[in-house]
Amino acid sequence: MTAQALRQSDEPLAPLDIARIRADFPILTNVTPHGKRLVFLDNAASSQMPQAVIDRLVRYQTHEHANIHRGVHYLSETATRAFEEARKVVQRFLNAREDREIIFTTGTTEAINLVMHGYGRRFIGEGDEIIVTHMEHHSNIVPWQMLCEERGAVLKVAPIDDRGELIVEAYEKLFSPRTKFAAVTHVSNALGTITPIKHLIDVAHSHGVPILVDGAQAAPHLAVDVQALDCDFYCFSGHKVCGPTGSGALYGKAALLEKMQPFKGGGDMILSVTFEKTTYNTIPHKFEAGTPPIAPMIGLGAALEYLMAIGMDRIAAHEASLLEYATARFEDTPGVRIIGTASHKAAVLSFYVGEVHPHDVGTLLDEEGVAVRTGHHCAQPVMQRFRIPATARASFALYNTRDEVDALVAAVCKVRDLFA
Amino acid sequence: MDSKQLYQEVILDHNRKPRNYGRLEQPTHSSEGLNPLCGDHIWLHLHVKDGTIEGVAFEGQSCAICKASASMMTSMVKSKRVEDAEALVAEFRGMVTGTLDTATQPHHLGRLAVFAGVKDLPSRVKCAVLPWHTLHAALASQETASTEGDQDPLGTAGA
Repeated sequence: MTAQALRQSDEPLAPLDIARIRADFPILTNVTPHGKRLVFLDNAASSQMPQAVIDRLVRYQTHEHANIHRGVHYLSETATRAFEEARKVVQRFLNAREDREIIFTTGTTEAINLVMHGYGRRFIGEGDEIIVTHMEHHSNIVPWQMLCEERGAVLKVAPIDDRGELIVEAYEKLFSPRTKFAAVTHVSNALGTITPIKHLIDVAHSHGVPILVDGAQAAPHLAVDVQALDCDFYCFSGHKVCGPTGSGALYGKAALLEKMQPFKGGGDMILSVTFEKTTYNTIPHKFEAGTPPIAPMIGLGAALEYLMAIGMDRIAAHEASLLEYATARFEDTPGVRIIGTASHKAAVLSFYVGEVHPHDVGTLLDEEGVAVRTGHHCAQPVMQRFRIPATARASFALYNTRDEVDALVAAVCKVRDLFA
Repeated sequence: MDSKQLYQEVILDHNRKPRNYGRLEQPTHSSEGLNPLCGDHIWLHLHVKDGTIEGVAFEGQSCAICKASASMMTSMVKSKRVEDAEALVAEFRGMVTGTLDTATQPHHLGRLAVFAGVKDLPSRVKCAVLPWHTLHAALASQETASTEGDQDPLGTAGA
């Protein structure tokens, strides 16, 4: 599903005022130690924070901080209100039905682990099957492997083709009466592929199987509507949507969350405790034991407000245009090979320069001020599928420009020529 | 530092035409070196006789820094006594981790001093040092060496 497909109207989107947006991000004016203007193209790893989010964190820490949910004094109530308002912002961002369906987590990894412990360990047993795809991030593979090992369940992997697209028919055929869960990515972090997520969800549901969607790479780039998708779980990380590290969220359908067992035991997740019996709190608090990272979650709320004020559809259109431009420039650059050529992609461009190892590419691009990610991107099965040890990866955010794509291409040409 | 100081002609040349690349007929020692963070993966084979490294070869997939380091290392340790090779391992580690200043302190690294600049690129230190770990492991008859975990001889993940 693309942002375009979600739009009600055919009217063209107003383009972003990039100069104004860039002015919101103070870090973009950095000059690198090599004396170059920073060209930050590592957004898929972590994006930058606008001043509005930084200001919100400072305001919270300066005037509003106390522990939440327990205090009767005004500061605790102020902090609690800010924290719960952030939850409502996440609810709006994902279009969840109720705010109690939003559980704050430290990020996508914790969200997936929460579902593995809360749902998986309760409902998945010996011989049961769990379906993932070949393009998952390690964080949507390893927790399920751990569960399979513990419970004697079996992990089934839906294959991808040479362009980095999921082979949907193969995914469909993996479902059996033993299938008890599916966990799939919305956008591949290593390849940029946008999966046909609505169809993948519908297939799982046609077999009565609940499905988790890893939205870590989708949430920054696409408008997400969990009610329209009808997914059972959706998760994303705050630091990839211009928010602070340590923030993130899990959406889960209320009926499922209520059936699940707690992930962590401790304070705030209980209604009453005696040595004989503990009664758990209602959702979402049942899953939020201990004092959470309060400031990061409030910052996450501010970040999502910032993005929604600009409009996720407009951000998606801008990034799609940048990706199209960068792809065309790379295709016109001899010696550069793009890894991942799916027909629907988000703003992620993995590439290879001649036979140069991506780590050499990364070091030399850094010298030109261009920050890209190099490595296996925590997706080693994807690297194995393409028989490469690693890639260099440029990933775009709302504040990137065509000039920055040109700087990337120029730096890549320098690397290619140095190794020629 | 200016990474072009690192990617200078001698390193690019060894990357293009690595010396002692391949296998040995009958190695007495072999070890596999792995840098899981960036995917450098090499195998080092030695033929040691009477305490002297008579033959040495390496193969594998790696970045230019790792490959050039391996190529120059093999050229350097061939025909050396095992204890002299181990002394070079220590000196090379010292150089790329910043405890040995090749400009002011005595050393036996010769042209390997071109790797001195790696100490200013923390994310690349492991690439340069991997062949040396692997040599050390091979001489100690260990089958594998890694830049991570318990086997990380630098002892710090960020080194």
